[in-house]
Amino acid sequence: MVLVFAEATNGKFKKAAHEVVTYGAKTAKALGTTCVALTLGTVENAGDLGRFGATKVYNIAVSNGFDSGVFAAAIAGAAKALDAKVIVLSHNSTGKNITGRLAARLDAGSAPGVNSLPEVSGDKLTVRKTVFSGKAFADVEILTDYKVISLSGNSIPVEESGSAVDVETLSVDLPSAKVKVLETKRAEGITPLPEAELVVSGGRGLKGPENWGVITDLADALGATTACSRPVADVNWRPHHEHVGQTGVAIRPNLYIAAGISGAIQHLAGVNSSKTIVVVNKDPEAPFFKAADYGVVGDLFEVLPRLTAAIKAHKSL
Amino acid sequence: MKMLVCVSKTPETTTKIQLTADNSDLDRSGVNYIMNPYDEWYALVRALELKEASGGTVTIINVGPAENDAVIRKGLAIGADDAIRVNAEGGGSLYIAKQIAAQAAGYDLILFGKETIDYNGSEVGAMVAELLDMAYVGEASHLEMNGTTATVTRDIEGGVEVVEVSTPFALSAAKGMAEQRIPNMRGIMMAKRKPLNVIDPVEATATTSISSYELPPAKSAVKLVDPEDMTELVRLLHEEAKVI
Ligand SMILES: Cc1cc2nc3c(=O)[nH]c(=O)nc-3n(C[C@H](O)[C@H](O)[C@H](O)COP(=O)(O)OP(=O)(O)OC[C@H]3O[C@@H](n4cnc5c(N)ncnc54)[C@H](O)[C@@H]3O)c2cc1C
Ligand SMILES: Nc1ncnc2c1ncn2[C@@H]1O[C@H](COP(=O)(O)O)[C@@H](O)[C@H]1O
Repeated sequence: MVLVFAEATNGKFKKAAHEVVTYGAKTAKALGTTCVALTLGTVENAGDLGRFGATKVYNIAVSNGFDSGVFAAAIAGAAKALDAKVIVLSHNSTGKNITGRLAARLDAGSAPGVNSLPEVSGDKLTVRKTVFSGKAFADVEILTDYKVISLSGNSIPVEESGSAVDVETLSVDLPSAKVKVLETKRAEGITPLPEAELVVSGGRGLKGPENWGVITDLADALGATTACSRPVADVNWRPHHEHVGQTGVAIRPNLYIAAGISGAIQHLAGVNSSKTIVVVNKDPEAPFFKAADYGVVGDLFEVLPRLTAAIKAHKSL
Repeated sequence: MKMLVCVSKTPETTTKIQLTADNSDLDRSGVNYIMNPYDEWYALVRALELKEASGGTVTIINVGPAENDAVIRKGLAIGADDAIRVNAEGGGSLYIAKQIAAQAAGYDLILFGKETIDYNGSEVGAMVAELLDMAYVGEASHLEMNGTTATVTRDIEGGVEVVEVSTPFALSAAKGMAEQRIPNMRGIMMAKRKPLNVIDPVEATATTSISSYELPPAKSAVKLVDPEDMTELVRLLHEEAKVI
């Protein structure tokens, strides 16, 4: 059996949860077994995960606030109780706190940050993950009985294949929390970068925070999330969580529009998995053009408002 | 406070990745190695700052072969007191975590980097924490100690979470935790005399193996669009790339 941990934020599922359940259902099919989903704490409409291929949803009550030890114990406990040997979770901030604990707890091999469905031959399971910050892929063979896989965001399309299913409460022994959550601060109403399908990003070419309107206007017209290069976050022109690249967030949106960013290798490391890259730069020699699908050589202060207008015109058709 | 900083060795950030002829490994000829940036700039430097503020010791540990000693010496030159190298190679994340856990008794704080920039696992720290039944805070961008209690800020999607933990605990360090330090001549000289204890690995089996590597398909040449004609770019994004 494949067990998927579907995370809810404030009781609601986000795209990442639908992605992991889709992934789990497809993996289960390849293995000739079924996929069940696990939710932790209070969740609205948990049975809805059936739409993405879970044949059943389990819920374990956990106290409020995230503690990696409690979550890992709950997931490992469910895997044992249900005899699920393959466990799938999201490679997001929550998943990164849990995957390692879960693997250690189950003495399992793990593949963190995979991008595609596993290759199954007999008992052997091989998954592909990015390594060298997106500069290569590795095929990781998991050698143990229990197998832990975490899925990178935006790696597979969400697919609906069923309808809502029953939710059953499960109870397992849990340790007490060692981490006390004091405060959670999240930009509301914006799709967070790792989940965003469309991203508009600005670099030092913007010259100052007061000029960011050309970026945010374009992002608003597209319904995109904004990002920035590292020096921009370093000098506080933009919030730290917008910084993408080697030392920032690694993203793989459908569309990444970069304006006034030179395309240093450390920047590319975080964005080169984007499906389509558009680069706007006044310097035709900017290295970013080598990694781009579409390039516009020009002054971003003229090009971006024109692009925003064209997007609005396109959307009003 | 007794602190342990786990450091790994990775190819330098600007390395152009090439594979061996049979795709079984990175082509390592001409690759420059460094201490994993998250381990060096953030985990190690924050540990040193805490020691400077309220005393204690900073030990670094690496699981790897003798050629890693250069990276370990750099950590000593930046200011760590002593070092442990578990003499082992390969094995994968859980193998490495078991080696670290076997040496980690008695530390109040164990610091990791948020990920190795070669394997991008983000998992060894959480593994060690589980093996030692410790609290763990991943991707921490801020840490304040107040006696045995710590306030830690961790990065989450689109924001941060502030948590409280007590020693002993483990964390993985992200940008924001500290600023990079460059070792000075005195540090480099002193590092030569600091203890680097080489220890045999404990028994553990590999749980994963990498069967092959592949490079992403080469990008086709960029299509340039007239800066006056953004309607054309929108058309391409809609009809050709199908992303809007
Ligand atoms: C270990 C390490 C890790 C790093 N990690 C990251 C990371 O995670 N993310 C990251 O982004 N960087 C990272 N960096 C920094 C990286 O090397 C570059 O310095 C940085 O990405 C440059 O930012 P930029 O492109 O915004 O600025 P610049 O390199 O200064 O580029 C500005 C660009 O804007 C263009 N421009 C200027 N004016 C206009 C205009 N009016 N119209 C159009 N174009 C214009 C210029 O032609 C230029 O190409 C890292 C560096 C190191 C050493
Ligand atoms: N071989 C190693 N020796 C010591 N510490 C390591 C080793 N590999 C990884 N680490 C630590 O674990 C962190 C996360 O590694 P990873 O899970 O591979 O992304 C690194 O930033 C280091 O702090």
